[in-house]
Amino acid sequence: MKDIGVFICHCGVNISNTVDVKKVIEEISKIQNVAICKDYQYMCSDPGQEMIKRSIKEHDLDAVVVAACSPRMHEPTFRATVSDVGMNPYCFEMSNIREQCSWVHTDKEKATEKAIDLVKGAVARAQLLEPLQSEGFPVVPSALVIGGGIAGIQTALDIANSGYKVYLVEKEPSIGGHMAQFDKTFPTLDCAACILTPKMVDVARHPKIELLTHSEVESIEGSVGNFIVNVKKKPRYVDMDKCTGCGNCAVNCRLVGKISSEFDMGLAKRSAIYVPFPQAVPLKYTIDPDACLFLKHGRCGKSPKCVDVCTTDAINFNDEPKTIEFNVGAIVVATGYREFTAERKPEFGYDLYPNVMTGLELERIFAPSGPTGGKPIINGKVPKKIVFISCVGSRDKKVGHPYCSRVCCMYIAKQAHLLKEKIPDSDITVMYTDMRSFGKGYEEFYERVQKEGVKYRRGNASEVYGNDGKTYVRAEDTLLGIPYELEADLIVLGTGLEPDPNAGDVGKMLHLSLSSDGFFLEAHPKLRPVDTVIDGVFLAGTAQGPKDIPDTVAQASGAASHVVNLLSKKEVLSEPTIAVVNEDMCVGCKTCMLLCPYDAHEFDEDKGVMKINTALCKGCGSCSAACPSGSIKMNHFTKDQIVAQILEVL
Amino acid sequence: MDSEWEPKIVGFLCNWCCYAGADMAGTSRMQYPPNIRVIRVMCSSRLNAEMIIKAFQAGADAVFIGGCHPGDCHYVDGNYRTKKRVDVLKRLIGYVGIEPERLRLEWISAAEGEEFAKTMRELCDEIKNLGPSPLKQIAEEMV
Repeated sequence: MKDIGVFICHCGVNISNTVDVKKVIEEISKIQNVAICKDYQYMCSDPGQEMIKRSIKEHDLDAVVVAACSPRMHEPTFRATVSDVGMNPYCFEMSNIREQCSWVHTDKEKATEKAIDLVKGAVARAQLLEPLQSEGFPVVPSALVIGGGIAGIQTALDIANSGYKVYLVEKEPSIGGHMAQFDKTFPTLDCAACILTPKMVDVARHPKIELLTHSEVESIEGSVGNFIVNVKKKPRYVDMDKCTGCGNCAVNCRLVGKISSEFDMGLAKRSAIYVPFPQAVPLKYTIDPDACLFLKHGRCGKSPKCVDVCTTDAINFNDEPKTIEFNVGAIVVATGYREFTAERKPEFGYDLYPNVMTGLELERIFAPSGPTGGKPIINGKVPKKIVFISCVGSRDKKVGHPYCSRVCCMYIAKQAHLLKEKIPDSDITVMYTDMRSFGKGYEEFYERVQKEGVKYRRGNASEVYGNDGKTYVRAEDTLLGIPYELEADLIVLGTGLEPDPNAGDVGKMLHLSLSSDGFFLEAHPKLRPVDTVIDGVFLAGTAQGPKDIPDTVAQASGAASHVVNLLSKKEVLSEPTIAVVNEDMCVGCKTCMLLCPYDAHEFDEDKGVMKINTALCKGCGSCSAACPSGSIKMNHFTKDQIVAQILEVL
Repeated sequence: MDSEWEPKIVGFLCNWCCYAGADMAGTSRMQYPPNIRVIRVMCSSRLNAEMIIKAFQAGADAVFIGGCHPGDCHYVDGNYRTKKRVDVLKRLIGYVGIEPERLRLEWISAAEGEEFAKTMRELCDEIKNLGPSPLKQIAEEMV
C-alpha cells in the first residue's frame, strides 16, 4: 500500500464557498492509505507548496493528490513542487474541484458530495500511479514564423536578433500583410509604410532570417524542440536570383492594367506579371498563373513581351512548385485576419452602390501609391457628404460575430480626420454603436476629430438605399430617440476583423483549438496569452483575436521572447506518458499498427512482436484501448488506473 | 419514481477539447447539475468497451464521453475511433437491456463551455426520465 497525502485547496473562497472542505477532509481521512489530509487557503502559494513538501518528508509519502483547480492550470506547478523533494512528478494527481465542481454548482451539499467522489477517484488513481522517467532530447535552435504581416515580421526580427535562425513563411509574394495596405496609423498619424517598410527590409537583409514568400506550409510533424516542417514554394515563374525588380516586364505585359489588384482591393489594375506594391519585399516579380496568357493558353502574341524586355533573362515559364523540408524547435503562428465580407450585410448595399466602400478600400484611396494617387476621388468625384457606419460585421450576432473588432472605432476616426483634412468643406457623420477609444492617446484623438467638425451620432444604420441617382442612409439616433435619414456621396462601412479561413489549415496541422469567435485559442486568457496548449507553438497578432498594431507588436515580441526562452535551452524533456508493449504478451496481430496516427508502431520480425517508437508516440492511448491481448500499457492512463478511478467516483 | 433520485453519470473527457470546454464552463460560472463525475483521459480513443461496461457495472446510470470535433482531434483521428467503438457498444448494451441513450458521445471544443453545460443539463434530464440503470436494479435484486 502506498502512503498518500491529500491536500485540499480553498482557493480563497472560490472552492470553500460551495464545497464544505472540512467534510471532504473528514471523508477522505477515512481512506486507509491516506496518510495525511490537509487543507489550505491557497495551495498554489508558497506556504501551500511548502506544506506539501514538508508533509512528503514527514510522512514519507509515496504519492500526492491536490484537490484544487483544473490540472490544465496548476498540474505543472505541483509536479514541480513534489519533484523538489525527490518525488517522481508522475506520482502526483490533481482533482479538479473548482472549474468542474464549485464554480458550476450552487447546492452546497451536492457539490460537497461530488467533491468527495472526485477526490476519492483521484486517491484510487494515485494508489496505482507509477513513477515515469522523461528523456531529454536536444532542441533544434531555429524557429518557424507563419505569416509575414507586422506580427510575423516583429517576431522574426526579435528571434533573429537573439541569434537564432528563423524561417519566415508568407503565402503572398511580399511580406507586409494588411499594415502595408494602410495609409496612416491611428492615433499618431504615422505613415504606415514609413514605419513598416524599414522593418520589411531588415527582415530581407537579416542573415539569420530565411524569407520564404509566395510559400505555404504543407505539413508539420514532430513536437516541441524538433518540428519537421515542409514548405511548398509556389512557382513565381520568375527567377528570384536574376530578377532585379526593374518592372519593365509589368509595363510591357499585354495585360497591363487589366488584372484586378488584390493589394488595392480591386480598385486598381495590375499586369499578369506584378509586384503587389512598389515597396514589396522581396522586390521580385511574380507571374499570376490564372491571368498570364502564356501560362493559360500556351501563347502570348508572337512571344511573351516580358521575356522580350527582361534583360536578365529571369522569366521561366517552366518553373514548378518546390517543397523544402527543415527542422525547427519552435513555431509562431501569425496568420492574421481577414476583413469582414461586406456582402454579408446586404442592407448596406455594398454590391449595389459604387459609392459604398469598406474601410480597407478607403485606406487604398488614401494611399499615395493607391488607385487615385492618394486623392479622395470616389467614382470620379470628390465626395462632400460622407457617412461612416460602424460595427459592420462586429458586435453582430446575425453574422456570427458577437465580438468587438477593437480597431474600427479608431480607424473610422482616423479616416474621418483624413477626409476632413483633404476635403475641408465636407460634411462627415459617423453612425456609431458605442465609442471604444481605449488605447494610449485614442480618446484624445477621438476628441480632436470631433473638434474638427466630424459629427458623431449614436445608433447604428439600418439601411442604405438609392433613389434618383442619390444614396441615402437610414438610421436611428438612439440618444434623441428619433429615426433619421442622410444623403451621402460616400458611405464607408466600418468593416470588422474576422478569422482568416486560410489559417484553418495551419491550425489543423498544429492541432490548435479555436475560441468561440473562430480565432486561435491561447493557453490562458490572462496569464498565457501568447502560448497555445501545444508545447512549442505560440501565437502573435490578430490570428489570436482582433487587435491594433501596438498590441500586435507587443504580442509578437512576447511570442518571440517565449521562443528564445525555449531555444536557449539545450534540451527539452520528453513526455513519458506514452504507450509501451509488453513483449511477453504481444501476439503480433498488428491491430495497433493500423490505428496509430503517427506510425509509431513497428513490427519486430525477429521476435514477432510490436515495438513502439518512443520518439513518435504522442500518448493518445488508442492502441492500448484496442489491443486484443491487453499487452499495450498506456503510461499514466493504464486500464487499472482508469478502472480504479471509475469504481471510486461512483 | 422517487423524485429525490439523482442519477450518477461518469464522464470521460478528452484533455484537449471537452475537458477544456468543461473548464471553460467553470471559468464562466455556467451552472449544470452536479451528477457527473469526470475522469480525464488524454484522448477519447483511450477508452474501450471494458472501461465503459465497468462504469455501468459499478452503478453508473449513464456514461458520457466528450471528444474533439471531427477534424479537430489533437491526435489526428482518435475521435473517429471513439465514434466507431461507441456506435458498436451502443448496440451491444441495447442488446443486453441497457438503453443505448445511457451511453452518449458528444464533440465539445475547448471554447464551448456553454455547450458543455447545456449538454450536461439535457443529459441529466434525459437520464432522470429513464430512471436508474437496469443493471443497477439487477445488482440490487441480486444482493
